[in-house]
Amino acid sequence: MADISANFLGIKSPNPFWLASAPPTDKKYNVLRAFEAGWGGVVWKTLGSQVKNVSSRYSSVDFNGGRVMGFNNIELISDRPLDINLKEIAECVKLFPDRAMIVSLMADNDKESWHELIKKVEDTGAHGFELNFGCPHGMTERGMGAAVGQDPVIAKMVVEWVMEAATIPVITKLTPNVHSVVPTGQACVEAGTNALSLINTIQSVTGIDLDTFVPNPNVGGKSAFGGYCGPAVKPIALKMLTTIAQNPVTGKVPISGIGGISTWKDAVEFMLLGSTTVQVCTAAMKHGFRIVEDMIEGLNNWMDEKGFRTINDFIGKSVNTLTNWEDLDINYHIIARIDQDKCIHCGLCYIACEDTSHQSINLAYGKPYNTYSVKEEECVGCNLCKLVCPVENCITMEVHRKGEEYLNWKEFQRQGLPLNDH
Amino acid sequence: MAISNNKLTNDQYSDNFSDIHPPFENKTAALVDANRCLFCYDAPCTKSCPTSINIPKFIKQISSDNIKGSAHTIFVSNIMGAGCSKVCPVEKLCEGACVYNLLEEEPIPIAKLQRYSTEQAMENKWKLFDRKPSRGKKVAIVGAGPAGLSCAHVLSREGIDVTIYEKEPKGGGLMTYGIAAYKVTPEFCEDEVNYIISIGGIEIKYNQTLGKDVSLEQLQNSYDAVYLGIGVGVARQLDIPGEEMEGVVDAIGFIYNLRANGFPSVPVGDKVAVIGMGMTAIDAATQAKRLGAKEVTLVYRRTEAEKPCTDVELDIAKLDGCKIIWLAAPAAIKGNENKVTQLICSKMKLGEPDASGRRSPVDTGETFTLDVDMVIKAAGQVPFMELVDQYRINNKNGRITIDNNATSVKGVFAGGDCVNGGKEVVDAVQAGKDGAAAILKYLFP
Repeated sequence: MADISANFLGIKSPNPFWLASAPPTDKKYNVLRAFEAGWGGVVWKTLGSQVKNVSSRYSSVDFNGGRVMGFNNIELISDRPLDINLKEIAECVKLFPDRAMIVSLMADNDKESWHELIKKVEDTGAHGFELNFGCPHGMTERGMGAAVGQDPVIAKMVVEWVMEAATIPVITKLTPNVHSVVPTGQACVEAGTNALSLINTIQSVTGIDLDTFVPNPNVGGKSAFGGYCGPAVKPIALKMLTTIAQNPVTGKVPISGIGGISTWKDAVEFMLLGSTTVQVCTAAMKHGFRIVEDMIEGLNNWMDEKGFRTINDFIGKSVNTLTNWEDLDINYHIIARIDQDKCIHCGLCYIACEDTSHQSINLAYGKPYNTYSVKEEECVGCNLCKLVCPVENCITMEVHRKGEEYLNWKEFQRQGLPLNDH
Repeated sequence: MAISNNKLTNDQYSDNFSDIHPPFENKTAALVDANRCLFCYDAPCTKSCPTSINIPKFIKQISSDNIKGSAHTIFVSNIMGAGCSKVCPVEKLCEGACVYNLLEEEPIPIAKLQRYSTEQAMENKWKLFDRKPSRGKKVAIVGAGPAGLSCAHVLSREGIDVTIYEKEPKGGGLMTYGIAAYKVTPEFCEDEVNYIISIGGIEIKYNQTLGKDVSLEQLQNSYDAVYLGIGVGVARQLDIPGEEMEGVVDAIGFIYNLRANGFPSVPVGDKVAVIGMGMTAIDAATQAKRLGAKEVTLVYRRTEAEKPCTDVELDIAKLDGCKIIWLAAPAAIKGNENKVTQLICSKMKLGEPDASGRRSPVDTGETFTLDVDMVIKAAGQVPFMELVDQYRINNKNGRITIDNNATSVKGVFAGGDCVNGGKEVVDAVQAGKDGAAAILKYLFP
């Protein structure tokens, strides 16, 4: 059995699965339930200035009958009194000393407020901080949250204040509501943050009620931009994570990955792109804390299958497989193949290719079942047919190299080779 | 043993004749199945529907909350789409072709989804079609069954004024009078007819029998074209001794009776034999059981492999407790004081394939006897041969011969059971559409 424990800046947890700073981690009751369920750690919901929340707070995007493909909230940081939060944090640390207890912070925008907050939280016995530079709604209007994370100069200043006072590890959480997460990430690392986490939520409007004409969530006839998360944002998070992992400055500090992680597979993908731990919120909000059971078992089984003893054996393993487009091998060529024994004749590959791609699939009429086959000479190997095919392994992409040698675009141009043959 | 009516209480009747295929309980349930649909291209389900309903489209429209659009998609191809969702043998049509079958998965419940959309359209009386301005032509249609109504609706949409002559006091044809009541209720059939003719431009004259109340010449003289959707007539005779005895009825009459006059009024025996294994035989057998017969036996001269009904239909009969005897042909009916007491059957075996391609039954010379007090004949129906002969319409054993939907008499068109000898409702609907297209071509060359 593999060892799935994580060591993040000396903060140990029995597994790399933490709950992100959010409603599931805003009080002792939930956190104890999470630890009992098996979560490796929590990031306690952001403490800081006093706030008041509105009703309603959440909305979501469904897809083809599946609920909560994307999730959106306009909830603010913790609206519970600070002293109660601190007392409960201390109690949770005592009851579950083997779990990671990180506390998310967002103080008012002055040094004294940050120092005071840090001191108070350290007294609870918490193991680390996460600076919330990412909350995209409400707090930004008061110069906090994403307002900090979107400006590398301000972010750097705040991290410097924090590092003056903090004696436990500091993670800075980045906002995705920027053209690139790297400048702020770099500024924070230069200011001394011990680690980075990303992504926070993405500003969004999830939808509009077609009867009331008011977007969701509806707060008395009006709405506000919310923070989008859940499975829908995972690809965006993975991209941003990659840019942090590949950057020579930000790539040096440990990363805690966040953004639409729902299963052990999602978690492994974040880890392959450089995350030491991962943080989960939406999936738990949809299904409860019990989802961690399969995450633990799935990660274990996968590591055993692959022969990985510890998570460090694979963390970051895929970072360098993402390259610039111009370095891709133009001679690599694949052609779709349809397994006629598996084909159920739904025609989805045909119509996708015919209407929107390269007219590379042939339709032989039959009643009621047509037969579909690939016109190999027309196929550009785009994957579309395989992606829309509803049957596992019915369409496979087979390698038919155009040339033996590796040939990239720069070299292709230099040699003056002919352009598109389609 | 005795034939009697009123064998059950009202509660028992309503239990026994409740909807065999209940609708979706709610929108969520419908969406679960609608979302399973893969939205196939050139879909096998559509190709297996005689009226070519664009099934993936109407299901997608359920998913997208466009129920009005969904109902229109169905009705534009099949104006009896609501009734067909209840009576079509979908296991051999759309659902039988669903690609999920090839994954050994349950097919999409297409009929149930079709019912979901069409029922809302009917309940809310959605006006989904507009008539084109009148084009100054009048067409007479004989028979307000599926073929006639379908033909009428297409013509009305195209601005033609239609008058339907119907021999019964209600429209719907065999949908109203010839199908098991646990599939469609007479009330539903009436609503469906009213919904179809709500487009306007269609008048139905009831209790008008062709050849009795009105003649073909009269229609030819008063209208620009005539469409015959007269269906098929009397039940095929068994031509065996004892057939005239009290207790021998034909399935069509039996079903007509219980649909037109209500369950308690219909006499049924304690021990009933049903001759035949088509859809009507099943409908007769199961309903005899549901009316209170203690024992119902279906007798068929071939084997299960050759049966005309579908497996699903046979299962309904089996689940109702009907017994099945394969390879048995009725040879004689015996009785006492002109009342049926026994059915003598010949034991058969399979011989060479006949004209239908099925192996034909051959008499082994052995017989056996069933003690019964009622025999229901469901060995098919005979076309209105005398009627069509009387009007010198070319026919083959009474089945009207058509060429591009036109009969041998100029300006007279035909379709549905009177042409094909008796197929599904959905086939008749398509015939009506084809007939309307031919009439339009004739009227506006």
